[in-house]
Amino acid sequence: MPLTSAFSIPFSRFDIHKMWSLTDITTNIHDWLNETFSPTWVLIIEMVIAGIAVIGLFAVLGLVLVIMERKVSAWMQIRLGPNRVGPKGLLQSLADTLKLLVKEGLTPGGADKFLFNLAPIIALVVAMLLMAPIAFAKDFQLWNLNIGVLYVSAVSSLMVISILMAGWSSNNKYSLMGAMRSGAQIVSYELSAGLSILTIVVLAGSLNIPDIIYSQADGWWIFKGHIPALIAFVIFIIAVTAETNRAPFDLAEAESELTAGFHTEYSGMKFALFFLAEYVNVFIVCAIGATLFLGGWMPFHIGNWEAFNHVMDYIPSSIWFFGKTFFLIFVIMWFRWTFPRLRIDQLLNLEWKYLLPISMFNLILVTAIAILKWHF
Amino acid sequence: MFIVKYIKDVFSGIKSLLVGMRRTGYYFTHHKEIITEQYPDNRDTLKLPERFKGEVVMPHDANNEHRCTGCTACELACPNGTIKVVTKFDITPDGKKKKAIDKLVYHLELCTMCNLCIVACPSDAIVMAQTFEHSVFDRAELTKILNNPGSRIMDGVE
Repeated sequence: MPLTSAFSIPFSRFDIHKMWSLTDITTNIHDWLNETFSPTWVLIIEMVIAGIAVIGLFAVLGLVLVIMERKVSAWMQIRLGPNRVGPKGLLQSLADTLKLLVKEGLTPGGADKFLFNLAPIIALVVAMLLMAPIAFAKDFQLWNLNIGVLYVSAVSSLMVISILMAGWSSNNKYSLMGAMRSGAQIVSYELSAGLSILTIVVLAGSLNIPDIIYSQADGWWIFKGHIPALIAFVIFIIAVTAETNRAPFDLAEAESELTAGFHTEYSGMKFALFFLAEYVNVFIVCAIGATLFLGGWMPFHIGNWEAFNHVMDYIPSSIWFFGKTFFLIFVIMWFRWTFPRLRIDQLLNLEWKYLLPISMFNLILVTAIAILKWHF
Repeated sequence: MFIVKYIKDVFSGIKSLLVGMRRTGYYFTHHKEIITEQYPDNRDTLKLPERFKGEVVMPHDANNEHRCTGCTACELACPNGTIKVVTKFDITPDGKKKKAIDKLVYHLELCTMCNLCIVACPSDAIVMAQTFEHSVFDRAELTKILNNPGSRIMDGVE
């Protein structure tokens, strides 16, 4: 698993301007390791580095997204939010994590102990697996596989297993109800999420994530694909909000009805793992949305405005990627703190009566556009 | 037509969601609207609204005179026996007996700040104060006598 992916298509536009890139760093590390160690050791060391990098990214994402969520929610509810720990309260989530670390991870007496302890680990492993094909910067991803988008949609549906496992093994009626609701929800919203991903796959003509990003060099798909791409984008955002079990689709947790849904019985670090997995999943689906619709790490270009485009090229690609991703995360947080929670029948009505027919029709439309070359 | 209603539903739904998002987006960008009071820090500048109900007090004027006639309307109005009016009989200068309060006992620990006693009082003798830091180490301190020692009723209040 080499850290860098060798992308073969030469792309003259980006060779002109030397962009500050993570690729140089990884290439240097790779070359140095190859000079110093045998190929087997290089592979092992690179895997360890990749693992540490992913775990580090997890920890940072957990801390950043939790404080972001709390600040966004506070400002939307005309509150101040955490402002005591550290400068402007920015260390609040670190303090919370320390608290969770030293708390006891209780296992209830009637629980299925093996499954109960396995569920949070599966949640985290699924989130980690999803990190593999995401392109964080120009030519910088853990695993450049030719079916990246399919891989993401396939692995993300494993998330439901950890939730069902947690709900079932807790031996608690609220947990089980939350888990069952979550199962129904994730299974049904995967359809429209998949269909809206397919619209971009049809337009780009590839399942490979770098291919999809390079196809957006002359404009992001949300602009190039006319209104159908916009509809697909809206449906994608709705569906992934539901898939990650966030409000207004947080029936799996539903504090007011089910105490905390599937993680009612969890405490300490096991609870923290679920919490972390939720936020990392939000990050991943937003990263996928940014990659498919907003061009991933591709800078923002306007037609023939050469000067403007050159300025945009000087912004590092990783900043473009994280900027777009965090914008989408903010939108999803905006949803959470604005909309009321749906009832289970309303939730399934929304999917089966509205999102699914619209996205199917939309897919046909996009296919026609792609065949007739109506997109820019 | 079914399909027209369907499309209308979709658009009106999206519109209503956008209205909500506009509101929260406005609050997100306008931090002047924040209503949080950082209480222990701003104790000196804390401004409570006029209608805030902290505890029942009896105002006295400069001559140590109050407006309470001892009619026990507040005691009767109180739903949970917070107020106990102890009356006595004063002798007026022209030799008549007149009802007056000896003590107006107020149990803060029982009070729910429902304001019914204030509403019931015919002579506006008691009001709600804006104090709210009522924590004490001995609950006996919560039983208060509202009239000052040696106070008497204001002239002209019947």
